[in-house]
Amino acid sequence: MTDPKIPVTEDELHAYVDNELPAERRGDVETWLAAHPDDAERVQSWRTMAEALHARYDHVANEPVPKRLDLERLVQPSRRWVYGTIAATLLAFIAGGGTGWLAHGAAATPSTFQSFTEDALDAHRLYVVEVRHPVEVPGNERAHLQAWLTKRCGWDVFAPELSSTGLKLVGGRLLPGPTGPASFLMYESASGERFTVYTAKASTETTQMRYTTQDKNGAKEGALFWTERGVGYVVSGTTNRERLSQVARLVYDQTEKKGG
Amino acid sequence: MSAFRQSVEAMIPALRRYARALARDADIADDLVQDTLVRALRSERLFLGGDVRSWLYTILTNLNKNRRRSLARRPQFMPLLENNPDASGTEAEGRDIARALATLVEEQRAVLLLVMLEGLSYREVADIQGVPIGTVMSRLARARAHVKAALEGERPALRRVK
Repeated sequence: MTDPKIPVTEDELHAYVDNELPAERRGDVETWLAAHPDDAERVQSWRTMAEALHARYDHVANEPVPKRLDLERLVQPSRRWVYGTIAATLLAFIAGGGTGWLAHGAAATPSTFQSFTEDALDAHRLYVVEVRHPVEVPGNERAHLQAWLTKRCGWDVFAPELSSTGLKLVGGRLLPGPTGPASFLMYESASGERFTVYTAKASTETTQMRYTTQDKNGAKEGALFWTERGVGYVVSGTTNRERLSQVARLVYDQTEKKGG
Repeated sequence: MSAFRQSVEAMIPALRRYARALARDADIADDLVQDTLVRALRSERLFLGGDVRSWLYTILTNLNKNRRRSLARRPQFMPLLENNPDASGTEAEGRDIARALATLVEEQRAVLLLVMLEGLSYREVADIQGVPIGTVMSRLARARAHVKAALEGERPALRRVK
């Protein structure tokens, strides 16, 4: 039993609202609240807060569950489905135009792929301006480059053929990645436009493709990120999204065929 | 479908709600739920009874914590696709509460949402966060005071004058 004369504590007020208070103490708290309008006002404000939370978020629980959260699919992820997701994302990315998708930037929250993509963009920025030594192994030693990076990284590093977009392999290098080695490949067009393809081990299971832009020292870069069999891919280059996704699509198609 | 999977599946709507409030971005929220489900399913054989619900909230809460580390120096990210704008009957109020939530530190926001939105007990939240109940209560008290101040600061006109 509790003594009704014992003052009600702050903790008890919270426990009262959250139905965590022993039943025999509830009456005491109600008596206390009747005599202490400030506390009564606070308790009421917490109840209003709970209502606002439910008004704001309950509809999410009532939405139909998206297909990608279907348990059967998650147990045995079909390559075709994963491919479809990324291809559809790319298509929407190109077709989306200026319909406000950029406006999300202000409200967007960061995610696990952030440090990853930031590392890739840092490497991109560092080496694309390099004229004489942009790579360790030149592109004309493609087979050696692939074998070397595969051996050092531990996953199948493959230099995709991007000549249909006018890009030629400059070469590649080994870099320190977020959790171990990372591979870094550079491509160049006849006009000097450079793209890089960065891969490293990624812990996220997410297959969705993500886009980011980074503005540093007056230079603006765009990057597309996705993961595939535990390896994260970042294609960095222009902020022209049609061009960027054209290149990313080729990289994705070829790595998909190679590994799937 | 196994009983385990059925109980996981039954939790998806609530996990989505929690993730949406926690991460504030519909796309990232569903990524979190997806990662949570993948992990849960992978550990199916390791799960020896107990409360599936608390366990799923624990995985999601931890995934979100990892996701948010050192965000200050990270570039701004945006989802590639346009998200469905959150339709809500009380749109203005909804934005206020979402903005107020955004001002909370991570562990306080998680406590507030687990207790007030998801209806978990202090004991369950203490287990999820791996802290004593007293810590849950002080986080909850601070979170409520903070959100209350944020809401009142935004809408001074509605403040009751005594």
